[in-house]
Amino acid sequence: MVKEIERYGIPIVHMATITTISESVGANRIVPTVAIPHPVGNPALSPEDEYALRKELVGRALQALATEITEVTHFE
Amino acid sequence: MSEKFKVLYYVNQFFGQVGGEDKAGMPPEYRPQKVGPAMGFEGALRGEGEVVGTIICGDNYFNEHQKESLDFIKKTVKEASPDVVVAGPAFNAGRYGMACGELAKAMAEELALPVVTGMYAENPGVDVCKNKAIVVGTSDSAAGMRKALPAMAAITVKLAKGIELGAPEKEGYIARGMRKTLFEEKRGSLRAVSMLLARLKGEEFETELPMPVFDQVEPAPAIRDLSKATVALCTSGGIVPQGNPDGIQSASAQKWGKYDVSGLDGLPAPGFYSTHGGYDTAYANENPNRVAPLDLLKEFAKEGVIGKVFDWFFTTTGTGTSVSNAQKFGKEIGAILKEAGVDGVILTST
Repeated sequence: MVKEIERYGIPIVHMATITTISESVGANRIVPTVAIPHPVGNPALSPEDEYALRKELVGRALQALATEITEVTHFE
Repeated sequence: MSEKFKVLYYVNQFFGQVGGEDKAGMPPEYRPQKVGPAMGFEGALRGEGEVVGTIICGDNYFNEHQKESLDFIKKTVKEASPDVVVAGPAFNAGRYGMACGELAKAMAEELALPVVTGMYAENPGVDVCKNKAIVVGTSDSAAGMRKALPAMAAITVKLAKGIELGAPEKEGYIARGMRKTLFEEKRGSLRAVSMLLARLKGEEFETELPMPVFDQVEPAPAIRDLSKATVALCTSGGIVPQGNPDGIQSASAQKWGKYDVSGLDGLPAPGFYSTHGGYDTAYANENPNRVAPLDLLKEFAKEGVIGKVFDWFFTTTGTGTSVSNAQKFGKEIGAILKEAGVDGVILTST
């Protein structure tokens, strides 16, 4: 899906935990996430800490969309 | 079968002996005779079947007027009532391949007719129809005609007589991406070990599970000004509205859904939950934004970091979902995003 959407020339960032799959399916902008069942969250943290973590992750994904790249790039 | 079965043949303007590129704009026409490859093809049927007529259509016309072309072809097919429709072979000719592919798909889906065509593996038409029709693998140029026609004819005979086809590599057609249950004499562990031994010895072996080949897409240019950008959210994590109104499968998804989230500050629970069958959904059901962070995107929009969150949220289930379905979903969703002028996409996966 990532690849086919990007084929339209729209930048897309893949937020996923198994980043090897992200790469093998052809994602170019990749933000590694927390865990498979809660990629953008961590229920083990306090609500405040989880919120901060989530905001940082999504913020990073947005920055990835605004970053020019020429090859597969992990935004860590 | 004492009576001969009937085949309707489709060719482009070139193989229909009308002309070259200058005739590529010709609308489809029907001739109640064998034209071009249809003659050699009928010979290869060895008297078991006959070609009752040939539809000839310009490659440009078909691709630019697909609906009109298919309407004509469907009407002709209904009148001629063939047992099998045969198209091409198109070798590596893209437009011809797309025409054969779309035609094959339409015949199979709408008229439930068996279709046989022939193409080079990388012809874009292969992906259009390989799971609907039988696509014989051919060389990339018309030099392979003499090899392609007998293979197509042999498969046509089987389809017309209702004989089950063997494995793709045995019959010479392109794998359809389907798995079949069959009995093997040796159990899996024995087969795996002998395969491994063969590999270690540098001998030939044939995998029972070929890995899909992935192609690469160039990175799209970055968003210049995030503060003016519309960003869309998409997930393969199976987050759907309560009741799963579109019935998105919990595994091996056949479809995707889009839901209007313009009036929401995030994905509420209950209200949204995960229908995904491939991970423990407890955390997602507690807070669906952990999988599809709509709440934070809305917050970034409020803060002015981004211009806007796209009104629609896109979702499907990414477990056991075939590459071809995922490609189809991506193409369909991407077309909507492109049309709407969306500047960037966040896609989350579990």
